[in-house]
Amino acid sequence: MNLRILAATTGRILRQLRHDRRTIALLVVVPAVLLTLVYFMYADQPTPPGQPTTFDRVALVMLGIFPFVIMFLVTSIAMLRERTSGTLERLLTTPLGKLDLLFGYGIAFGLAAAVQAAVAAGVAYWIFGLETAGSIGLVIGIAVVDAVLGVALGLLCSAFARTEFQAVQFLPVVVVPQLLLCGLFVARDQMAGWLQALSDAFPLSYAIEALQEVGAHAEPTGRMWRDVAVVLGAVVLALVLAAATLRRRSG
Amino acid sequence: MDDAIAVRDLVVDRGGRRVLDGISCRVPRGAVTGLLGPSGSGKTTFMRAVVGVQVVGGGAITVLGQPAGTPALRHRVGYLTQAPSVYADLTVRENARYFAALYGRGRVEADRAVRDVGLADAAGQLVATLSGGQRSRASLACALVGEPELVILDEPTVGQDPVLRADLWARFHAMAAAGTTLLVSSHVMDEAARCDRLLLIRQGRLIADDSPAAIRTAAGVDDLDEAFLRLIRAGESDQTTTTATAGQEQS
Repeated sequence: MNLRILAATTGRILRQLRHDRRTIALLVVVPAVLLTLVYFMYADQPTPPGQPTTFDRVALVMLGIFPFVIMFLVTSIAMLRERTSGTLERLLTTPLGKLDLLFGYGIAFGLAAAVQAAVAAGVAYWIFGLETAGSIGLVIGIAVVDAVLGVALGLLCSAFARTEFQAVQFLPVVVVPQLLLCGLFVARDQMAGWLQALSDAFPLSYAIEALQEVGAHAEPTGRMWRDVAVVLGAVVLALVLAAATLRRRSG
Repeated sequence: MDDAIAVRDLVVDRGGRRVLDGISCRVPRGAVTGLLGPSGSGKTTFMRAVVGVQVVGGGAITVLGQPAGTPALRHRVGYLTQAPSVYADLTVRENARYFAALYGRGRVEADRAVRDVGLADAAGQLVATLSGGQRSRASLACALVGEPELVILDEPTVGQDPVLRADLWARFHAMAAAGTTLLVSSHVMDEAARCDRLLLIRQGRLIADDSPAAIRTAAGVDDLDEAFLRLIRAGESDQTTTTATAGQEQS
């Protein structure tokens, strides 16, 4: 890794994003629109006394899921474009290290996710009155970690896709099972044992649990930090595996 | 040690087909060497092998005194792929500056490289909006921006107008005069005469490795096109003889 090359690569990816105004608009606006939908879906639902409202419960989880899903998709396509345009092969003939490229994507899309998460969280808290025991800053921070998880898994999966068709198929394969089992639909401790085991193996489960910890506790808990550490560990693992699948030589 | 590239018995198989079949040759430093041959003759595969991005079946390639693909060589070798591999969603200047940064060069070098390929007027334009010829010149600027000792250019002049083509060849010779080694592929024979040395490959075999003048003398004609035709015919009758002998040996 080389800091100068890493910074140049991060800047290049952000510059590409900047030229694509429509993508920026979609990144920023879509989560807010979807939160609005969720707000009105649950507006008339009764809330059991002493419990968070359904909107509070769902919106908090959504704030972690949006960046994960969106950044997974964006990264898979961006990396595939590097492959099909020949820029990837060219980059690998330059002094750039594989990790410079992978971390460049992680940092650039992590920054984009920070903007996205800030807007989405702002809408959830100040327009729809989302209430959490913990701070909004922690929620945004965890959302960015979720985004970076999406980027890392996207980079890894793009190594196994030769075409755009294949790349988007990884969404149902890699992302949807994690969504189903992360505790949003059925609490994790109420699932069958084997489903719980699967859920325990998915990094997104820890990301969502970390958000729920912020929702329930005023101060960051040990469990929350452990969850964040697990997600970051998964990020590093995915990036190292992605680097291992990037071959400078091909047939 | 005066050779920039030394290739011995290079064999490459791609997709179950032998693309390069025992090529041995040398490319002298500080000269423009042309790699000529029809489409599908193995020119690109040869260049990829020299750059170190091609899985090689056998033989040895030494580039600037080190085995091809050695990490240190990535600072010293510039590679232009046949299809322009630049970022379509960045401007020409942004592309050049990014590749400059990878080689530890700055904005001055980047702007000079853009000027040198005649794109100064289009520097602020997105690559996606350029014509095919401009796009491949943008790609060329990115290959030259690191001021490498050895430049591998895969069909750099395709689709350029005659005046620009003459400018580019003048530029290549100026670089060679300053000590840079250039290996330039082309399938246009009239470009062969512009090279200091020529490598002619056909169907994965090296047919000629000499200066244009020596090739003309050897074939006994002034026209290089005709000279190559004669060399190919002579090569084919040799091959028929060897195949016949090999057949006899087997039976």
